[in-house]
Amino acid sequence: MSTTAIDTQVALNGALNRNAPLRQSAGVQVTDYENRQTVGKITVDNPKMVCREVNVHYGQKHAIKNVSLDIGANEVIAFIGPSGCGKSTFLRCLNRMNDTIPTARVTGQIKLDDDDIHAKEIDVVQLRARVGMVFQKPNPFPKSIYENVAYGPRIHGMVNTKAELDDLVRESLERAGLIKEVEKRMLEPGTSLSGGQQQRLCIARAIAVNPEVILMDEPCSALDPIATAKIEELIDELRENYTIVIVTHSMQQAARVSQRTAYFHLGDLIEIGDTDQIFTNPRHKLTEDYITGRFG
Amino acid sequence: MQPLLLLTLLLLSVGAYHLGRKRAFAVAGGQIRNLHSLPGFYGFYAALWCGLPALAVLALWAIAQPGILVNWVVAGLPPELQNLPPDRLNLVVNDLKNLVSGNFVSSASDPVMVEAANRYRQLRAIGNAALWVAVLSFAIGGIAYAWRAISPALRARNRVEGIINLFLIASSTVAIFTTIGIVLSVVFESLLFFRQVPVSEFLFGLQWSPQTALRADQVGSSGAFGAAPLFAGTLLISGIAMLVAVPIGLMSALYLSEYATPKFRAFAKPALEILAGIPTVVYGFFAALTVAPLIREIGAAVGLHVASESALAAGLVMGIMIIPFVSSLSDDVINAVPQSMRDGSYALGATKSETITRVLLPAALPGIVGSILLAVSRAIGETMIVVMAAGLSANLTANPLEAVTTVTVQIVTLLTGDQEFDSPKTLAAFALGLVLFAVTLILNIIALRVVRKYREQYE
Ligand SMILES: Nc1ncnc2c1ncn2[C@@H]1O[C@H](COP(=O)(O)OP(=O)(O)OP(=O)(O)O)[C@@H](O)[C@H]1O
Ligand SMILES: [Mg+2]
Repeated sequence: MSTTAIDTQVALNGALNRNAPLRQSAGVQVTDYENRQTVGKITVDNPKMVCREVNVHYGQKHAIKNVSLDIGANEVIAFIGPSGCGKSTFLRCLNRMNDTIPTARVTGQIKLDDDDIHAKEIDVVQLRARVGMVFQKPNPFPKSIYENVAYGPRIHGMVNTKAELDDLVRESLERAGLIKEVEKRMLEPGTSLSGGQQQRLCIARAIAVNPEVILMDEPCSALDPIATAKIEELIDELRENYTIVIVTHSMQQAARVSQRTAYFHLGDLIEIGDTDQIFTNPRHKLTEDYITGRFG
Repeated sequence: MQPLLLLTLLLLSVGAYHLGRKRAFAVAGGQIRNLHSLPGFYGFYAALWCGLPALAVLALWAIAQPGILVNWVVAGLPPELQNLPPDRLNLVVNDLKNLVSGNFVSSASDPVMVEAANRYRQLRAIGNAALWVAVLSFAIGGIAYAWRAISPALRARNRVEGIINLFLIASSTVAIFTTIGIVLSVVFESLLFFRQVPVSEFLFGLQWSPQTALRADQVGSSGAFGAAPLFAGTLLISGIAMLVAVPIGLMSALYLSEYATPKFRAFAKPALEILAGIPTVVYGFFAALTVAPLIREIGAAVGLHVASESALAAGLVMGIMIIPFVSSLSDDVINAVPQSMRDGSYALGATKSETITRVLLPAALPGIVGSILLAVSRAIGETMIVVMAAGLSANLTANPLEAVTTVTVQIVTLLTGDQEFDSPKTLAAFALGLVLFAVTLILNIIALRVVRKYREQYE
């Protein structure tokens, strides 16, 4: 059920010649449940990251199967799919967080701009400074609010003086929409904030190192609707300066914040396309079943 | 004690348990649902009513019996014996008791004493019989009471749990009262000591030679109780030990928790912990027979004079002994820092070492401080290694190559051998013990403070 050699060729051609027609033409409905070849256009005109034939194994388990897709610059792309389908796993490939899992093995090509992120000369530390990450559960460090945000700039030597650092911390908190709430309590522990505030603190912490891409793994799953709305608003604003990949279980959220959507199923990338099209006119039966709530 | 009576009481209580259960079933009409508590609780309720009052009677009797018996017997003695002064009378009573228990005593042939002893035996037999009757009637009365009291509305569970609660409280206070008792006795003896040797001299005096004269004209036996050299020696050896144990322990904890493969960790951690299981005597002769001569030879090779028993040898070996205290506990607390903290740090582009020094260590600090303080108190209280490797001479020195002695070693030497119990020499041991206790207490308080402070900051 994995992609055949011919399809691989097609995918590669797509990468080389972005305007080449892909195997599936628009408007054709795939009713074959067994078909695991990616439906939709995996390429974009202005890619920030390019992933080709990415496979991930955890020991014997094949968690990501031959996934190829582009992530466009300054777009918000949403990964959706049933639990355990590999969304987090794929997300963690993009900043090589899977390196920290001893059993995980990643193959395939992932490019950030024109750099292969697995190349020898790429320092994983610098890669992660360029591709930041926000986790499902807010995980502020057991330090003050100020120190939480200052952490990244400090370790990357981004500022020379205390005044610069102060400015950077304030600016990051402002962009994360948190500054009003924490202005007066910068020295209190980050863990004393509410869940939603903690998550925005983690976003502030991530944008303080000025990454190019921000990965968000279900950033709102622990939050109430008001905090969720705030973060969605924030994602919309951040799109001006960053490329954002968001994993979410909420179809509405994907529809609200993203321009493109990718649907994963048991390790396969089933369908990818414009968010509008995916939600109004899914082409693969599996996608349709999922977004209409028939399973998952 | 009355083992047979106790056994009988136990059996009765077991019977009461079953009776109580049965009764509960009966009053509930066979429907457990009708009962306030599960039937077992009614059983326990009956068993407690059977056992506790009877036990109380037994305990009262055990406490009161000897006094009452003696009084009765003395009252029956001839007047000339009764009117003896109290201490002489005590002797007579002691004789009498010996006679009763069949020991050979000089007064065995005295008919008055023999007669009194017989009466004592007789009274004791009557008393025991009365005790049986009293205890058994209380037990059966208790069962009867419980039998009548058991009804579906009886809150047997609450009653039984209340009693269990009392037992738990009593057990926990045992430890507390024991501590208080020990502290009081140490304080009391120390006060006796400080009546003979002023506190300031004890704490700050520079001369320690606890030999007091048996006769005033003996030579060289003035007795000096300045404990400063002991404190200095303890500090020196513990300091050396911590210099060894803290860095090695912490670094091995970091290696084990952050760098080692799970396989290596599974092997190395228990191996490290074995260090803590080696008896300190073994460390002692390792220090005295292997390390000390080695240090002396090395010293000789580089032209340093090293005493054959040196603070360095004792401190080094003690340090090795307490490595597992630091490493094992620190490893646990570092491991307990949530993985999400590490992920958060790595995702910001931090290296492993940055993550360790800036996130993991601060988060684990309270636990690490706790483990270090535990190791310190272990070092201060350690005796065997020091006895064997550091010597007995109370030198006031900061030179680790000389022989020194510690508080614990001196306590041992002060209390070994035959001693009068009120000589300053013996009492000095209690004063030293008091100091040890105070230092440990202060360390613990500091540890608690530190932990709480960081808790507030980090959680
Ligand atoms: N560290 C790991 N070791 C072994 N298997 C793993 C590991 N992490 C994930 N997996 C497996 O890989 C598959 C994909 O997991 P992943 O966490 O990526 O799913 P997901 O799509 O993010 O699910 P969810 O929506 O529940 O977060 C699952 O079958 C999971 O059991
Ligand atoms: Mg996930």
